[in-house]
Amino acid sequence: MHQAKEKLIGELRRIVAPESVLADEEEMRPFECDALSVYRSLPMAVVLPSRVEEVQAVLALCSRMKVAVVVRGAGTGLSGGALPHPEGVLLVMAKFDRILEIDAENRIARVEPGVRNLAVSEAASRFGLHYAPDPSSQIACTIGGNVAENSGGVHCLKYGLTVHNLLALKVVTMDGEMLEIGDGTLDFEGYDLLALLTGSEGLLGVVVEATVKLLPKPERAQVLLAAFDDLEQAAQAVGEGIAAGIIPAGLEMMDRLAISAAESFVHAGYPDAEALLLCELDGTNAEVSEHVMTVRNLLKKAGAFEVRTAQSEAERQLFWKGRKSAFPAVGRISPDYYCMDGTIPRRELGRVLTRMRDLSGKYGLRVANVFHAGDGNLHPLILFDANLPGELERTEAMGSEILRLCIEAGGTITGEHGVGVEKLGEMCVQFSAAELVQFHRVKSAFDPQGLLNPGKAVPTLHRCAEFGKMHVHRGSLPHPELERF
Amino acid sequence: MADCESMLQERILDALAENRSLEIRGGGTKHFLGRRTEGEILEVRGHAGIVDYDPKELVLTARCGTRLSEIEAVLAQQNQMLPFEPPHFGENATIGGTIACGLSGPRRPWAGAARDYLLGAKILNGMGELLHFGGKVMKNVAGFDCARLMAGAYGTLGVLLETSVKVLPVPAHSVTRVMECPEDEAVRFMSALLSQPVPVDGAAWCDGLLHVRLSGSFDAVSHARIGGEELPDAARFWFDLREQRLEFFRNEKPLWRISSKPAQKPFDIPGNWLLDWGGALRWFKSAAPEEEVRKSVARSGGRARLFGGEDSLLCDSPHLIEMSRRIKHAFDPHGICNPGRMHRGI
Repeated sequence: MHQAKEKLIGELRRIVAPESVLADEEEMRPFECDALSVYRSLPMAVVLPSRVEEVQAVLALCSRMKVAVVVRGAGTGLSGGALPHPEGVLLVMAKFDRILEIDAENRIARVEPGVRNLAVSEAASRFGLHYAPDPSSQIACTIGGNVAENSGGVHCLKYGLTVHNLLALKVVTMDGEMLEIGDGTLDFEGYDLLALLTGSEGLLGVVVEATVKLLPKPERAQVLLAAFDDLEQAAQAVGEGIAAGIIPAGLEMMDRLAISAAESFVHAGYPDAEALLLCELDGTNAEVSEHVMTVRNLLKKAGAFEVRTAQSEAERQLFWKGRKSAFPAVGRISPDYYCMDGTIPRRELGRVLTRMRDLSGKYGLRVANVFHAGDGNLHPLILFDANLPGELERTEAMGSEILRLCIEAGGTITGEHGVGVEKLGEMCVQFSAAELVQFHRVKSAFDPQGLLNPGKAVPTLHRCAEFGKMHVHRGSLPHPELERF
Repeated sequence: MADCESMLQERILDALAENRSLEIRGGGTKHFLGRRTEGEILEVRGHAGIVDYDPKELVLTARCGTRLSEIEAVLAQQNQMLPFEPPHFGENATIGGTIACGLSGPRRPWAGAARDYLLGAKILNGMGELLHFGGKVMKNVAGFDCARLMAGAYGTLGVLLETSVKVLPVPAHSVTRVMECPEDEAVRFMSALLSQPVPVDGAAWCDGLLHVRLSGSFDAVSHARIGGEELPDAARFWFDLREQRLEFFRNEKPLWRISSKPAQKPFDIPGNWLLDWGGALRWFKSAAPEEEVRKSVARSGGRARLFGGEDSLLCDSPHLIEMSRRIKHAFDPHGICNPGRMHRGI
């Protein structure tokens, strides 16, 4: 084992500059986990290539030596997808941080995978364009990671997820070969490998270049805040708005516990209510004015006891601030919390919330709810104290029941955080054995030896591991500087 | 309106046992696309019916044999639509065939393609296994996106039994403006339009006339100042464009479908041109030798494919072809579903 490791490191140092191969425990420590820090592990070596040829050579070498490879971007993932393999190489793509081209005429950007999500919009800004997907970690997370996780963001209700905003990819497969998918035009024939690669959690290939779509910046954005006495009434209001033909840019909901936690944390001036809806409308000036009127009336008719429209950009930011700080706010009122990430059809919201309240009583644990209400993506935060004997286990059991509830309601166990190592158990509930085997067959088409990010995203049939969630102790989330919503 | 799932499953299992291949057939309206495939016809038109539709959810689930016209009529009653504006190419067009061919109409650059609206699929793979991928929700990152993989796969990965698609409200107001201009000016105009916050959802140039469709709220459309005159029977124009019934399409010369970047200058190949998708999709009618067309288009950075010819649907990268072969094998190891429809052996 030791000899094999020495040999591997020697070979790696022949491919990339020797200082770009880290094998010392202390040097590798910062890479031992992503933002799901309950799972930690050190790899055999950390490699930081800076050229595509190096990536190809490292993968070809690992293929030959049958060494596992885990790819990492900024390490902001919430499901342990970039957790190093103890007998593998961690391939860090951070040095691929160049924006190769902003083609304003054709509204596309060609970027390396280590480019930060927000940097794309910043570079496109002077042309009046932006990159629409805006995950909450957008100041730090990278495009390569966004592709691997199919990241969304607050505005995905209207502008779609990464998969909808991607035009082409260059991907290196485990054998070191380069696969060019798409050419930046809108039409591509053959199997939709762009879709297959997007959200594949680093199991199929290593993204070395991405071409993304840019959109004109909307002329105006306006936010409405509506307060309700009843959570289900708020949920129904969401459906009413959509049935009326208006697709908001963002639509967020919070329950009483989340509202009060956020309010005492950032003093956004939220009303005392059972549920709050935040609705962002964007578009041309004329359109936004028209829609604000329509939505105001709709919300009132749907039972909102108060509807406010942000009167200034500062007020708009303040409305959002409470929502965006909901996770850390909840971290202040409880020693620990678990963050779940299920999605359900919106019509099931009332039923699922009621069941969740029952579960809260049954397990004796409080639940704060924040959700992307427009697309049914729930983030229940289970409040607990890991220092109390048995409470972590109770939390896990409750979390597992919540995810099963999402599946029963016709939804899914993960809307945006990914499966990673965290939700392997729930995958066994959501998918049949035949479906899981089909996933493994797809994996084999790209990586017959199963060396790329092994043990993540798709469980083996004999594995139905215990469930794990995003575990935050004393409010200390890795990357505390990032908004999480 | 029937559930033929188990019958279809048996047919696949029989074909598998007897080593026969199957040609999957829906409404037969897009039969002319892709390469010819040989096999026993597997009719899927009978597996029809809308399974679930809740306008507030913006999701419709239908069996593959459901007619596209039926789906569109049901959606229209609720003032909703399939945003990718799929071409029918005949009254028998089905939702299964539409997704399997992955074609999108004039709204594609603004709204997205067929695959963008596919949320979930139930399929029978080439081993007769019944599999569900994706679902009925917008956000879902559990497992590989095998549902979207079915869009544009031409049935070569299995039988698409049921699909869930996202639908959207019909824009409150829509106006088409027409202006006379030469092709190069049209390209520049459309390209500039794409970079501005103007509520455009269609832009096409044909016969010296540029058509721009503005859609959105009443105020948004009426405040947009782009010039030109209002076209009276606009719906007819966009329908004829989508269904290839414009005068342009009516001659015996081969029809080329050319993908290009929208700002691409007009291709310097003599023949008749029609620009759709704001310039990102160009139709070309010409009797010029095939190789000449392909080469000239490729030189200028586009891709040309004979529409309705025997062209492979894959580009000629050997690594991509090999990967496609392996994906085909992963779903249909014995090659019984539409073999060769996409490419030789795929």
